[in-house]
Amino acid sequence: MAGNTADKIQGGVLGWVDARFPLSQLWNEHLAQYYAPKNFNFWYYFGSLALLVLVIQIVTGIFLTMFFKPDAELAFASVEYIMRDVEWGWLIRYMHSTGASFFFVVVYLHMFRALLYGSYKKPRELIWIFGVLIYIVLMAEAFAGYLLPWGQMSYWGAQVIVNLFATIPYIGPELVTWIRGDFLLSDATLTRFFALHVIALPLVLLLLIVAHIIALHEVGSNNPDGVEIKANKDENGIPRDGIRFHPYYTVKDLVGVGVFLIAFFAVVFFAPEMGGLFLKPANMIPADPLVTPDLIPPVWYFTSFYSILRAVPDPFLGVVAMGAAVVVLFFVPWLDGNPVKSIRYRSFAHKLNLAVLVVTFVTLGYLGLQQVTTLYGELTLRFGVMYFLFFWLLWFHSRERSAVFSLVSFALLVGIYTFYDFTRFDPANAQLLMSAWLLPTAYLFVTMVVPVFARNLGRDRPVPERVTA
Amino acid sequence: MKPPLIAILALALLALGPVSLQAAGPSVPLDRVKVDLTNQASLQRGAQLYFNYCMGCHSTQYMRYNRVGRDLGLTENQVIHSMIFTTDEDGELVNPGSLITNAMTPAYGEEAFGIEPPDLTLVARVRGEDWLYTFLRGFYLDESRPLGVNNTVFENVGMPHPLWELQGWQEKRADANGGVRLQVVEPGSMSGPEYDRAIRDLVTFLSYVAEPMQVDRQRIGIYVMLFLLIFLVVAYLLKKEYWKDVH
Amino acid sequence: MANQGVDRGRRRFLVAATTVVGGAGVVALALPFVASLQPSARAQAAGAPVEVNVAQIEPGQRISVSWRGRPIWVVRRTPEMLDLLPGIRDRLRDPDSDVATQQPEYAQNPHRSIDPEILVLIGLCTHLGCSPAFRPEVGALDDDWAGGWFCGCHGSRFDMAGRVYRNMPAALNLEVPPHHYLSDNVIVVGEHAEGGTA
Repeated sequence: MAGNTADKIQGGVLGWVDARFPLSQLWNEHLAQYYAPKNFNFWYYFGSLALLVLVIQIVTGIFLTMFFKPDAELAFASVEYIMRDVEWGWLIRYMHSTGASFFFVVVYLHMFRALLYGSYKKPRELIWIFGVLIYIVLMAEAFAGYLLPWGQMSYWGAQVIVNLFATIPYIGPELVTWIRGDFLLSDATLTRFFALHVIALPLVLLLLIVAHIIALHEVGSNNPDGVEIKANKDENGIPRDGIRFHPYYTVKDLVGVGVFLIAFFAVVFFAPEMGGLFLKPANMIPADPLVTPDLIPPVWYFTSFYSILRAVPDPFLGVVAMGAAVVVLFFVPWLDGNPVKSIRYRSFAHKLNLAVLVVTFVTLGYLGLQQVTTLYGELTLRFGVMYFLFFWLLWFHSRERSAVFSLVSFALLVGIYTFYDFTRFDPANAQLLMSAWLLPTAYLFVTMVVPVFARNLGRDRPVPERVTA
Repeated sequence: MKPPLIAILALALLALGPVSLQAAGPSVPLDRVKVDLTNQASLQRGAQLYFNYCMGCHSTQYMRYNRVGRDLGLTENQVIHSMIFTTDEDGELVNPGSLITNAMTPAYGEEAFGIEPPDLTLVARVRGEDWLYTFLRGFYLDESRPLGVNNTVFENVGMPHPLWELQGWQEKRADANGGVRLQVVEPGSMSGPEYDRAIRDLVTFLSYVAEPMQVDRQRIGIYVMLFLLIFLVVAYLLKKEYWKDVH
Repeated sequence: MANQGVDRGRRRFLVAATTVVGGAGVVALALPFVASLQPSARAQAAGAPVEVNVAQIEPGQRISVSWRGRPIWVVRRTPEMLDLLPGIRDRLRDPDSDVATQQPEYAQNPHRSIDPEILVLIGLCTHLGCSPAFRPEVGALDDDWAGGWFCGCHGSRFDMAGRVYRNMPAALNLEVPPHHYLSDNVIVVGEHAEGGTA
């Protein structure tokens, strides 16, 4: 046989390694013979892009750690030292600060993909759970990192977030002191946040990402049709709708990487502050425990949840609501019991529900960056309610509901917040209150009541056997 | 709705964000200024004003003298003779590689002005160029203030008018539309347009000091974009070639 | 998936092209990261030349100053010390300072200095970087000792011109830093007379 010599040479080095470490096996299982559905679309780039951003953050982070001084007296100056005195330090630092925001852009789009195509449904619940854990650790990582430059925004942003724990009854104040390691946010806080940011949280993050990928490769990827490709295999046991990840998706992802890097470096080189969204002007002032800046919005990727915190009039309940807004994500696989995975074959009502979620999340994010006014406060409250209503509707659309159940639950939900509106009714703002009342009500009406009368709007469509091209 | 459309909308909103952020800024209208960081003559004039009028009280402590000299095209001798006024503990002029710190102690500043004069390295990034341009042209006589001056964009500012010799003194007058305008009542050594140009130079210098690599950053950025476009084309052709297999 | 009709040449070419362009990108991106590890502007400022006034140095005495964080020795040698230098040639590894990296051209002479009396050296052993002890007294280490430096770490010995003895762990003479005279009594260590730095 002609291939024998080549096999022997390969068998020489590779065989030696393979006998001791499953190198070929890993390569095959995760790349060369990992069969992915052939119909991945635009939304399927963000998983590999998230890995790319992770690498960017780790590499730039290692270099920044070499120059940064985790000391309240020196931290701010050491960042400027990186920006000016270290050769190319500015590039490394801007890549890291831009990377933080892009991490969230990519992760949000990646999570939205899962919502679009039902990628959290059986048998992929654990992938989703690991994903939500990654998201939470990523938020902690970003929060800890944001304190490090020790500018005014770093300081007061951390002050506000850390003080959220003070609202916990009984143990709150002691807990906050323990977290800070001092009676105010100080050097002690900076050094522990530094340790969390550079080693503790990245380690957890890496472990979770490995678990996320192992779980994915165990059950196989979902796809825009929500068809299980493993259910239809050819005589060799290879899914008929599957293609090898390598080379097909590696070369496809390279195109995604190209587009991503153009966007990423466009920000790094031409707009590293992104007009104040990625780097805030007030953070160019060293931290001053005696002077609070006029407005302390969190970084954009936190502001949707921050809005929910602000929407609730009671401090502790606000924290609970904000926590619940994140924790509810864990239950998504069990809230949505609908057997149809992909949005392509879901009802109009569900499609609308998901579209409203996007509007809600972006609006809450925008509102979280603004000063609270009466109008914005009212809108924040309504959109905050709508955020949670999304999850109710996710459950509601698990199957076709009877007319009675639809109408009764609609009346009940609207009744609850209308009752709350009566308790806080203020004639001065009556008009605003009533027009804002229409937002969640219209949302529920179209997604719950209309399908009762126009049945086809609430009905899912049949899912094909094979993926569509 | 096609999914990519949602993404495009989300990104568009992201891009709109900054605009609305600025809209929520100070209520005083700011005069717009266009600075050109590649104009070395303007930067040099700005630096001259800065080192003569500003650094007596304000430090620029994250910047080094020789970096300014190199970027502005000055020789080491020019740096030593026109910028360095601070001395070390032995009374000798500090080395040109030193940071641009300042001889005035914070305590002295607090006593003289009621507030420690802030470091100005990053002031252009904190306040913005338009703000600085308006601020430095916005001093007017106000007898109710301890130093006799006030400012249109920085109400009750602690700083005296450092450039009064150049601009002269202004007073606040009502204008025809019911707003206010500033009028020079005692001329300085410069005419109005000359002073505006001088302030533009100074703001140009402050903008440079706040982010000295700005020009390099944008220049390199263009090459990076071109390179990535080439990469994208090659990667796209490669993808297309391999995907011929997939039916 | 059909592999018939695949243009293998085109495929190979595109793989190579992507690899080359992508590889060039990775290398280009790696360069700034590597460059960032070089001495920063702060380190360069701290490494600026230092001035030393030699008027106060008594004959036979040595003073130490710091340049770039390294000890710089300035010694005013007595005529007796200088007289001993030619006599120990045979016991030295590089008596004529042939190794060009160890001193600027203007110190490549029998006394390894500009002014025969004034010797300027970087006070770090050329073996592994310890700072040798100054032992100027003749006969201090053994009967043949003509004065010089003794490195406590691994026993290397140097004469009063910083030249290393034979069969020592150190293979090179002590380094003479770039320096020049600003006036009769003031030396600038860290730059050559024409202004070039080390």
